[in-house]
Amino acid sequence: MRSRDFLQLTGTSLVAHRLRSLLTALGIAVGIAAVIILTAIGEGLHKFVLEEFTQFGTTLVAINPGKATTAGTTMGVFGTNRPLTIDDAEALGRLPYVEAVVPFVQGNAEVDAGGRRRRTNVYGTGPQMPEAFRMHVRSGRFLPADDPDAPRAFAVLGSKLRAELFGTRNPLGQRIAIGGSRYRVIGVMESKGTVLGFDLDDSVYIPATRALGLFNRDSLFEIDVLYREETPVEKVVEGIRQTLVARHGKEDFTITTQQQMLDVLGSVLDVLTFAVGAIGGISLLVGSIGIVTIMTIAVNERTAEIGLLRALGARRRQILALFLGEAVVLAAIGGLAGLLLGIGTAWLLHAVIPALPVHTPVRFVILAETLSLLIGLAAGVLPARRAARLDPVAALRAE
Amino acid sequence: MIDLEHIHRDFQVGDQFVHALDDVTLHIDAGDYVSIMGPSGSGKSTLLNIIGLLDRPTGGTYRLNGRDVTDLSDAEQAHVRNREIGFVFQAFHLVPRLTAFENVELPLILAGMEPAERQERVREALEAMGLTARARHKPDQLSGGQRQRVAIARATVTRPNVILADEPTGNLDHTSGGEVVRTLEALNAQGIALIVVTHDPLVGERARRQLHMLDGRLHRDVSGHAPA
Ligand SMILES: Nc1ncnc2c1ncn2[C@@H]1O[C@H](COP(=O)(O)OP(=O)(O)OP(=O)(O)O)[C@@H](O)[C@H]1O
Ligand SMILES: [Mg+2]
Repeated sequence: MRSRDFLQLTGTSLVAHRLRSLLTALGIAVGIAAVIILTAIGEGLHKFVLEEFTQFGTTLVAINPGKATTAGTTMGVFGTNRPLTIDDAEALGRLPYVEAVVPFVQGNAEVDAGGRRRRTNVYGTGPQMPEAFRMHVRSGRFLPADDPDAPRAFAVLGSKLRAELFGTRNPLGQRIAIGGSRYRVIGVMESKGTVLGFDLDDSVYIPATRALGLFNRDSLFEIDVLYREETPVEKVVEGIRQTLVARHGKEDFTITTQQQMLDVLGSVLDVLTFAVGAIGGISLLVGSIGIVTIMTIAVNERTAEIGLLRALGARRRQILALFLGEAVVLAAIGGLAGLLLGIGTAWLLHAVIPALPVHTPVRFVILAETLSLLIGLAAGVLPARRAARLDPVAALRAE
Repeated sequence: MIDLEHIHRDFQVGDQFVHALDDVTLHIDAGDYVSIMGPSGSGKSTLLNIIGLLDRPTGGTYRLNGRDVTDLSDAEQAHVRNREIGFVFQAFHLVPRLTAFENVELPLILAGMEPAERQERVREALEAMGLTARARHKPDQLSGGQRQRVAIARATVTRPNVILADEPTGNLDHTSGGEVVRTLEALNAQGIALIVVTHDPLVGERARRQLHMLDGRLHRDVSGHAPA
């Protein structure tokens, strides 16, 4: 049989029962739409969270003091572990493929600007922080590359802190006190917003060495290393490890690549997307039961026709293909309608609630359509096999 | 053309065997006109189904045009049915959602014939049945006689050697029944063998050769030329 004739023959029987075909296809459409909408929300959330993370760049490696035992990182210094120092950071900065090194100390302190006070986040960091974290200075400049062991008492304000302390006045060159020590404001950062719970705008940035003194600590919280994109991450990690082991005498630190963090986060979010997708899958299952039902009815109704086709020279395989074809076409039409319905609804959802991230990747669209075809095949196979196995004489007698 | 030798067809019902055909040996010449008569349950339809390769004998051999077709595979049987045999049924068996034209086209579609060639053949077959004007009609828009003529067009469109008709007039009134019989006889006059199962003696007696069955056996074989 020619494939065009095959499709036409399949089409006539579906058209002959328009309403029934439509309702059956609708069952699949609702299922596919549910899968699309739910995974679109899951995937949107995924994208949203990952974007939050990767706005700092992906060629970052974090070094924390203490050796991680399991998956978690031990923050802080324990036992005989040597502290992570500014000198360690300097040493890492001399590795050839390292573009920027950012030492990190964080704490809370009161900032006093000529009477206006505010308790805020204090970040002790280095001059290369804006480069490493893709942050930008709005006015003035960032911390200069002073002698790391004796940096000048300069401070850079986050945009919100600047507004709180100075209102519309120009803060550049003004003197402020942070935890009782005097600093001069040399720059203001561009707004970065809240990133994973930290309000980077309500912060002040000072040299790391001074922050260590302010919080009375001897170890950095973290050293972040930005490496050249073309360098393989394994080489970077190995270089950092050897440098620090040489300095500390043992591996009393933990190296985490940005990629590792993204991978962990990504797999958690994938599970989430899969879970909501599975819920949509249940309605798809219901839709496919509809196809089994309708195809079983069709085989019963058309038993005499099957006998006739056999008498006219149809092989069992052709009968099988005809009924399978009907089931697949039903499912494909339903799948296509569900796709449009799903994407439309997801789009509408996004238009009504812009805060809700929605994203329909092409691979999901292809996956959903393939899935509906497979469902059609699976749902059609039992009724179609029954049709193909009918004894022609008995089938012809049915009326 | 058709050679049946010691054909048996047993049906098992529960633990009983029904001998629908009991040692039937029969030879039918190409182009012959044969009627099969006999009481209900005597095995007429069973015999026709075996000749038409819709059913398999439980014993004996069947040769069609010199070729042993007793043990053909399903696909091979289907191929022979499609090319060499035309069926006409009591209940017409037209596909209700297809037009007369499309119904006649079906066996050619199954054979995978080119659309252009198909169109020509279907037109010819419908014209021969005087149904050209009805080509676009669905079966439910046709009379019984017209439906059976569409079915005959469908049986002849593949240019078979033999037409098997099981009670072709059974669902028709006297007038249209007579018309259908004359149509079939006209085809036979063109050289197509015709085998008709019928209850109607008036129909059966028109055949050149008349077979009478009883309890699964060939009871009487009356040839118009040389009575047995
Ligand atoms: N599928 C079957 N299962 C069991 N018995 C069957 C089957 N088909 C036919 N028979 C039996 O075989 C015998 C012959 O049946 P067949 O249909 O050939 O008779 P027939 O001569 O065509 O009768 P009718 O004139 O009523 O059509 C009957 O006794 C019937 O009951
Ligand atoms: Mg019968």
